[in-house]
Amino acid sequence: MTERSFPPVTQLAMASLTLIVAGGIYLSSHLPRPVPLGPAVALLAASAVLLAINLALLARVEGFAWDRFFQVGKWSLLAYIAIAGMIEYVFLRDHLSGGPLVVLTLSLVVFAVHVPTLVGFTVARYFDPAPVGRG
Amino acid sequence: MADVALGAPVAEAEAPEAAPHPPLQIPQFNIVPRVGLAISVVVTALVIVAIAVNKLWPLTFFHVGGGAAWTIIDLFLGLVLGPIMGMMSPQARVEFTTRLMPKMVVIMPTVVTMTLAAGWQLSTKMGTNLTSYPQHGWVVASFIVVGVMSVLALGLLEPANIAVLFELKKPRPRPEIIERLMKRFIYCAGILGLMQIATLVIMTKLAAS
Repeated sequence: MTERSFPPVTQLAMASLTLIVAGGIYLSSHLPRPVPLGPAVALLAASAVLLAINLALLARVEGFAWDRFFQVGKWSLLAYIAIAGMIEYVFLRDHLSGGPLVVLTLSLVVFAVHVPTLVGFTVARYFDPAPVGRG
Repeated sequence: MADVALGAPVAEAEAPEAAPHPPLQIPQFNIVPRVGLAISVVVTALVIVAIAVNKLWPLTFFHVGGGAAWTIIDLFLGLVLGPIMGMMSPQARVEFTTRLMPKMVVIMPTVVTMTLAAGWQLSTKMGTNLTSYPQHGWVVASFIVVGVMSVLALGLLEPANIAVLFELKKPRPRPEIIERLMKRFIYCAGILGLMQIATLVIMTKLAAS
């Protein structure tokens, strides 16, 4: 069996998540002092760019099992919105505000979109475009 | 008929007498167990309540309980069950996988979220995440270890977990894909297990200081 070639979705997603996590560690390791937001914004922007590249590369794949991708992705998105919402609640509960809150909230948005994208891709890459299976 | 034969049509059509193994039977299973999902929702709601009331005992309970479960599962899966699975017969491995992996789909995200959310709130309450805390370097080290583990778990382990279950749901699953995804899952769990030892070192150091 010959293996289909796909864009490096997993690698790009891992890099994007690493940047998000690095930004989160940077911000949280400076509490409660005022944090220079430049590095965190740069990390978030780079992560968001990788997400955009990933989605663009994925959209160009021909013969991809989009039905399976969206089937898995939407439920995964629901789960990760719940997880991101819980983390956001902790930030708000601790009266985080201003720039750090904005950066961390946008980081959660990238996280909540990129992980389901990756899960959906990993499942759909092994399916044919036509619906198959019992699941 | 609840089970699905894996690889049977090809083997029987080409050389039935030469087939070394009987076709694999794949048990019926749900990718996401509903009971587990309900338990996950209840646990998550309790963690939110614990964060809202901001009391020491519930936060400590969810952080320590969740952290212990996360550490033990990673260590046991990666360093004990993983090598055992590698030595199982294909049929036994399929049966084990279809029973273990759906539970892992629910357990791991729940345990990780519970540990991290309760842990952050606990550290905020105790002031251990502030730069003025004497062991701040150790706390930042724990952020880094957990960060690396999260990227591995979210980027490699969880997608492989779900993908292998979808592959097993196909009418004719491909053994080479299942093997590749299971290897990724087990190796990842092994690395996470080793990293959990670093977490144990940091957390015991913080608890002792």
